[in-house]
Amino acid sequence: MSAQAEAPTIDMDNVQPEDHPIAPFIRMDRMPHIWCPTCGIGTVVKCYAAAMEKLDLDPKTIAIVSGIGCTGRVAGYMNYDAFHTTHGRAIAFATGLKMARTELNVTLFSGDGDLSGIGGNHFIHAARRNMDLLVVLVNNFTYAMTGGQNAPTTPLKAISSTMPFGNFDQPFNLPHLAASCGASYVARWTSLHIRRMTKTFEEAMQRKGFRFIEVIAPCSTLYARRNKLGTGLNLMQFYHDNSEIRHGEDTRNVDIGFQEKIICGKFVDEPEKTTYHENMHTHYEQVLGDKYVPMPPEGGWRDE
Amino acid sequence: MKADPLGVLTGAHYLDGDFAAGEGAMAAGCRFVAGYPITPSTEVVERMSRRFPMMGGTFIQMEDEMASMAAVIGAAFTGTKSMTVTSGPGFSLMMENLGLAVMMETPCVLVNVQRGGPSTGLPTMTGQSDMMQARWGSHGDYEIIAMSPKSPQESFDLMIDAFNLSEIYRVPVLFMMDECVGHMTEKVIIPEPDEIDIVPRKLTDKKPGEFWPYEVNNGELVPEFARAGDGYRFHTTGLTHDYRGYPDMTVEGQWKLVTRLMDKINKNVDDIIRFEEEETDGADVVVLSYGITSRVARLAIEKAREKGVKVGVIRLIVVWPFPEKQIREMAKKIKGFVVPEINMGQVVLEVERCAAGNCTTTSVPHPGGGVHDPETIVEAIVGAAK
Ligand SMILES: Cc1ncc(C[n+]2csc(CCOP(=O)(O)OP(=O)(O)O)c2C)c(N)n1
Ligand code: SF4
Ligand SMILES: [Mg+2]
Repeated sequence: MSAQAEAPTIDMDNVQPEDHPIAPFIRMDRMPHIWCPTCGIGTVVKCYAAAMEKLDLDPKTIAIVSGIGCTGRVAGYMNYDAFHTTHGRAIAFATGLKMARTELNVTLFSGDGDLSGIGGNHFIHAARRNMDLLVVLVNNFTYAMTGGQNAPTTPLKAISSTMPFGNFDQPFNLPHLAASCGASYVARWTSLHIRRMTKTFEEAMQRKGFRFIEVIAPCSTLYARRNKLGTGLNLMQFYHDNSEIRHGEDTRNVDIGFQEKIICGKFVDEPEKTTYHENMHTHYEQVLGDKYVPMPPEGGWRDE
Repeated sequence: MKADPLGVLTGAHYLDGDFAAGEGAMAAGCRFVAGYPITPSTEVVERMSRRFPMMGGTFIQMEDEMASMAAVIGAAFTGTKSMTVTSGPGFSLMMENLGLAVMMETPCVLVNVQRGGPSTGLPTMTGQSDMMQARWGSHGDYEIIAMSPKSPQESFDLMIDAFNLSEIYRVPVLFMMDECVGHMTEKVIIPEPDEIDIVPRKLTDKKPGEFWPYEVNNGELVPEFARAGDGYRFHTTGLTHDYRGYPDMTVEGQWKLVTRLMDKINKNVDDIIRFEEEETDGADVVVLSYGITSRVARLAIEKAREKGVKVGVIRLIVVWPFPEKQIREMAKKIKGFVVPEINMGQVVLEVERCAAGNCTTTSVPHPGGGVHDPETIVEAIVGAAK
């Protein structure tokens, strides 16, 4: 293993935050972030940044959109054109952004409550259209930012602040929701799957259409504490022992029970599936011919 | 800057107000529209969805009005002139993201072809009962621009003004039509593209790395704009933020931001207000109205003049901000204002506030579904003249 032997040693006494390999992708002037110790959201950001480091894309072409919540804060920390919008509306906002400047590569980060609760309607419609968006949903099984209330993802029996006697409200199986609505790419990892998640981000950035990545991540402060699931280490141990990778699994089989097995992997990957934009262009070219004037990729008419 | 010829249908046309508003938007350079169908506004987007593919414009029918308004803000941040169109129920759903548009300082236009309310109300019948919602509808303190055309021709002309004002002040402009104006068909003259003045986005000259999205200097109130995708890597948020667009959860930060957002409009009222004034010198009574009601009031004003009353007229073209100074001054010289509106008394409250007891203020309400019987306005004028 010569590569390992040659790896540079780090002078820990003199290392600066800016020396971190992902620093260029993060707004370092906003550190420290607001997330709690052992929260899973930061890991997701780290993996995305690592994917970006690998891909080496022109930062100009990337935009980040978030809704509201602990996960919604991601937009504020990513060093790109980044929009922290309203609760649930991130997909709708991103749809406008993408449609008006089609050359942008738009990634969303938001929570389970934001994207599948209040924003559920936008989620299913963007998936139906195969809108060209990469949607990263951090599922911590709760509305964390508001104090750990029940979410449309809270597993049955789990305790939340508004289901103090345990949840009886049937949760979503999100990969199945996305897949059945028409998403062209669907994957799930836990925040323990750092390498695989990073690879998935890399791959999904190079795909088109509605790409949905669910990351199961601990909310240590609220969900885990209330359900007595232990410390950060215990939570990682749980993911380690209970996640099972099944690429290509029928999404009907990937729902999540309370402290039960978490099926991970890439469930859907249809790189050829046409997007909303492609369908629009092809259609107008067919029916309007030379009369069709598409919007320029850099945006609508401007004085230049 | 002059209009893009692709968007301008120069010539004399016979158009309804909805179509004329759509033509106005296209002439103004609007190239992105997101909307959800609702009577009596849908014709605006029907017109635009038919013409857009031939001029580099994109229309998308969203899943609801919350999505429509959110998409418009997203699109506007690419520098594309953007608009959405709705009526009362959809207007209510747009209030959330209208606030975001205000907070992010987003140039855009929101058309509301008003119908009778509350709730589903009178879907195909007229109203002017969203005027206070236009002023106050989203939560928090803010100032906004709202205009009200009286005819198809004005729906065209004023729409260009609406887009231009939204650029100058980086504020959403509410285009408050009413069903009557939306559905009435009249002659509309559309000028040559080089006769239409367009205000372009105020793009920054700064280089990436030197630019902050909400930085203002030397007492300026409106920050420069950077388009998403030009390499500025800016951040913006609906949270209270500082000049960098970063969240600032302090009382001082809140003071600074909210004050500037309001000052942008309040300190420029003289440049924003638009109204028509007729025979107010020496008048005893002034009839103040807007939209279709200004045309219904015409007949009443003539009848009252025949009865010997000295009647002046004010027609608001921009309703918000309100011409407070002018109304205050006028109140000192006349006996009373008469304010007919197709609502139970909304803008009249502002007239009364500005009159400050110096003259009487008479509301002539109408709950919607039709226009006033001019006699009710005559009665109010004669009463106010006593
Ligand atoms: C319209 C609206 N309703 C409610 C809220 C309050 N709110 C803020 S964050 C949040 C929950 C977010 O949950 P989730 O999307 O799962 O994100 P998390 O905090 O768990 O990462 C809620 C309900 C809001 N900001 N706006
Ligand atoms: S409350 Fe939960 S989700 Fe939010 S930052 Fe803390 S651990 Fe993370
Ligand atoms: Mg959550």
